[in-house]
Amino acid sequence: MVEPGGRSVSYQELDALTDRVRDRLRHLGVQPGDRVGLMMHKTVDSLAVILGALKAGAAYVPVDAEAPAARCAYILNDCGVSAVFCDAEVADPLRSELEQLGRAPLPPMLVLPEAGAGHRLDALLDREDATDPIASGMPAEDAEVGPDDLAYILYTSGSTGRPKGVMLTHRNAISYVDWCGDIFRPTEEDRFSSHAPFHFDLSILDLYVPLAHGATLVLIGETLGKEPLALAEAIAEQRISVWYSTPSILNLLTQYGKLDRYDYGALRLVLFAGEVFPVAQLRQLKAHWPEPRYFNLYGPTETNVCTYYEVPRVVPEDRTEPYPIGWTCEHLDTRVVDVDGRDVEQGEEGELVVTGPGVMVGYWNLPEQNERAFLRDDGRAWYRTGDLVVEEEDGLYVFHGRRDRMVKRRGYRVELGEIEAGLSNHRGVKEVAVVAVPDGRAGLRIRAALAARDGHKLSVIEMKQYSMTVLPPYMVPDVFQFLEALPRTSTDKIDYQALKL
Amino acid sequence: MNDTQQTIKTYILETFLPGEDAAALSTTTPLRSTGILDSLATLDLVSFLEERFQIELGAQDVDPSRWENIEELSALVERKRNGR
Repeated sequence: MVEPGGRSVSYQELDALTDRVRDRLRHLGVQPGDRVGLMMHKTVDSLAVILGALKAGAAYVPVDAEAPAARCAYILNDCGVSAVFCDAEVADPLRSELEQLGRAPLPPMLVLPEAGAGHRLDALLDREDATDPIASGMPAEDAEVGPDDLAYILYTSGSTGRPKGVMLTHRNAISYVDWCGDIFRPTEEDRFSSHAPFHFDLSILDLYVPLAHGATLVLIGETLGKEPLALAEAIAEQRISVWYSTPSILNLLTQYGKLDRYDYGALRLVLFAGEVFPVAQLRQLKAHWPEPRYFNLYGPTETNVCTYYEVPRVVPEDRTEPYPIGWTCEHLDTRVVDVDGRDVEQGEEGELVVTGPGVMVGYWNLPEQNERAFLRDDGRAWYRTGDLVVEEEDGLYVFHGRRDRMVKRRGYRVELGEIEAGLSNHRGVKEVAVVAVPDGRAGLRIRAALAARDGHKLSVIEMKQYSMTVLPPYMVPDVFQFLEALPRTSTDKIDYQALKL
Repeated sequence: MNDTQQTIKTYILETFLPGEDAAALSTTTPLRSTGILDSLATLDLVSFLEERFQIELGAQDVDPSRWENIEELSALVERKRNGR
């Protein structure tokens, strides 16, 4: 595991560090089946916390260290974590938000010290060992877990304003990792990037595929991951052989990374997922990186990757249509159904539903949502993706859009309803409606239309600032419109169509 | 407000704050912590500055800790124009 410009650890060192995490968690009373939260920036330390939690038989729950503390606290409280690891800078706001949620006692919070150059987790564990020694006679083996035990819970945007926790088991992860092994043939020589944050399901491939094959993992932190010049250099310098990210990041590299400066001879695979990759941008990227094989991977967090498509070596100059989402992954089954759950004819549009060992067991503590999320047929549970597709030739799917008010922003899932819920909490806001409109340059612009409460005057800057306190950065609207009143339809519902014009 | 600051302010208002009252954005309004500029917007702005002022900005100049507001950003642009 490598942190560019920072720490490097061998598998042996990682094994020792994760054993320490496991033992500390057990000492704190963490049992198999419990949840362990982490709100940390990406480093070898956060990876070690994740693996240590798994060794203790717990499920890890990563939250976004860059999102508002209130949102993170909601998540950690919702799934009842038994312990939380966090960076020093977020500890106080997080603790304060957890206290406000009223759960007593608070779960033990293990705070990493600010300084310590890559050995902050060691320093934390040393400090804990000194003040609260672990009894000898602690079992030295990892916990016994079964395939259907929870491995992690990844929270994703919820349309009512509350994020929902996707529960994923060891079987979910391993069936996917095995599929990756078959398709991508990783070896010990590979050097994988870890660009995605740990709360994003792209990280499952990043973390576990190299682990399963003894390959090297290069951890790309949040700051480096958004700086195209530095990132372009790091990918070459670190001799990354497998890159996996959203198309947005690839496009950033193409536009601003000055890719011609570096040698990408080591790069053999470029994998992308999370959103549509506009063909013009893909063509530009391939002009800089012509040698690797490119794969479009598709699948919601609830199933991880469920279809895949290898992009041809040469993208024709006149092609404008995005490439298909492809064929069903070999470990899963899919169908395309109409609103009544019946299979549509080949060539007809319908909703993609998925079943198999990669599909989640359900959302944490949301029984109604779980009912609605699955189509139960012939003894199997088919997850309703909400994505509309068309089967073009046998088994080949093309993405046609969404049924609902969910959009992708930089690859992240964004429920427009969650943005509305957040903004409506502002004292000066009487009503808010959020729409997404296509934009030639940016892909999608998120526009919030607001009607102010009597006597309040709202400003764009104030609303942007407020958004930052209740929403993750990628959910902050691009445009704020202030109206006397929101337009309504003849049945007195908000006229979203009118707002899009 | 000098010309450089005005150019930067106009670009920010037009590109990232459509509909906002010009008086609401001063040369000392924080740009990153308020959400006015996120990481993508910063890259866009840097690209604009490079083209408009014929300067080259490196990775360290894009670093948010280097400038907080229009005044500081304008000073950076001026330094680059003067070859520093």
